[in-house]
Amino acid sequence: MTHRIAILGGGTGGTVLANDLAERLAPEIDAGDVEVALINDDPDHVYKPVWLYVAFGQREPADGRRPLDELVDDRVDLVIDRVTEIDTDDKALGLRDAGGPLAYDHLVVATGSTLAADEVSGLSEGSHDYYSESGALALRDELLSMTEGHLVLSVVGTPHMCPAAPLEFVFMADDWLRERGLREDVDITYTYPINRVHGNPHIAEWAEPIMSDRDIGVETFFNADSVDPDAKTLTSMEGTEIDYDLLAAIPPHRGVDVVEEAGLGDRGWVDVDKHTLAAERAEDVYALGDAATTGVPKAGSVAHYQAGVVAQRLASEVRDRPATATYDGKTLCFIETGTDAASFVEFDYESPPSPAPPSEKLHWSKLAYNESYWLTARGLL
Amino acid sequence: MSAIDIEPTDTVDARGAACPGPLMDLIGRVRSASPGDVVLLLSDSDRSMTDVPEWVDETDNELVAVDESGDDYGFYVEVA
Repeated sequence: MTHRIAILGGGTGGTVLANDLAERLAPEIDAGDVEVALINDDPDHVYKPVWLYVAFGQREPADGRRPLDELVDDRVDLVIDRVTEIDTDDKALGLRDAGGPLAYDHLVVATGSTLAADEVSGLSEGSHDYYSESGALALRDELLSMTEGHLVLSVVGTPHMCPAAPLEFVFMADDWLRERGLREDVDITYTYPINRVHGNPHIAEWAEPIMSDRDIGVETFFNADSVDPDAKTLTSMEGTEIDYDLLAAIPPHRGVDVVEEAGLGDRGWVDVDKHTLAAERAEDVYALGDAATTGVPKAGSVAHYQAGVVAQRLASEVRDRPATATYDGKTLCFIETGTDAASFVEFDYESPPSPAPPSEKLHWSKLAYNESYWLTARGLL
Repeated sequence: MSAIDIEPTDTVDARGAACPGPLMDLIGRVRSASPGDVVLLLSDSDRSMTDVPEWVDETDNELVAVDESGDDYGFYVEVA
């Protein structure tokens, strides 16, 4: 019997997994005993962390794009198409462009996050983001033309991609405006939904004094309820109103509709066992990365490590052995604290993060990793 | 078995969610609820005992009851 493995989504998790399986199961694939298909609706692989730098004119969107067919092993069947239905009973995927359904024996959902700014009144019209290519480009133009006023960074939706990125944005904006001699004319305010500046209390405790030292205003318990793009005001569920001249927002996130329609979880996220990454509502389905509700950050490092776990488990299943690999919550994040310094955290389900002292060396480490990321996507690093 | 005699409109089961998951899950559900709805948050995080009342105090919503009788906490929040 041929084992057909379908990977849905060609982001970090899906691509690393496809390449891992291609190497790990090479003998079985070459013998025709295993088939690995990677399905993505964009022929390009996109490295989203570049967008933070796009907003400050330090990178271009093209720096974060490479054709998937240059990254994925030839043993993988790359399918550029959009999945319109996941049928976990019949084990088949409906495709928008292909003639018929794609049957699978093992499915991995790696469909990532999408932005849902329309869930908050006025947010689409009144704010900018750096969680999309077009958003980062528009925000870059706004930042370049801003010489005075009030810059507000509002974390509207959680969970969101890269939980460190809102802190990084205000730290980088502070430095960037100082370097340009504009900081005294631009106030910066950061808002967060709960009673500290980051969901993780250890990171919040680390960041708060830095924000205070650098005169970055903070509004906590601020859950944006509406934006008035004409009046340029942002109002919270808690009744606080903030005037802004430029609003950079982290919009609400969702998974993809097809996941929710398949009954795999709410809001397009797949309910999984946080150690095995097996879907809880269907057989022979795994999920990883942003799409999986493990409680750890929606971050590339998480997807990367989870891909290794799922690859080992699938290889065990294909070889009719017990699957023993488990995910321990491992997460790595660099956190920019300006335009020339960064911190670093590493944590898992059991061990909390302890941010490293910011240094130029860590900043260059982050930039160096961004360049070498393409080796990660290829499954080499 | 709940010791609270309140029928919630909606229940958010955030047991097992890492901090601040339970509070954020509650806020998300309150955001989409209607005035008068009672949202029940189930949490096994001790931190929820401070996070949730503090947040509710910041809003016009009301924490009408807290169930501490079982292994988990139950927070009943009436939406303003």
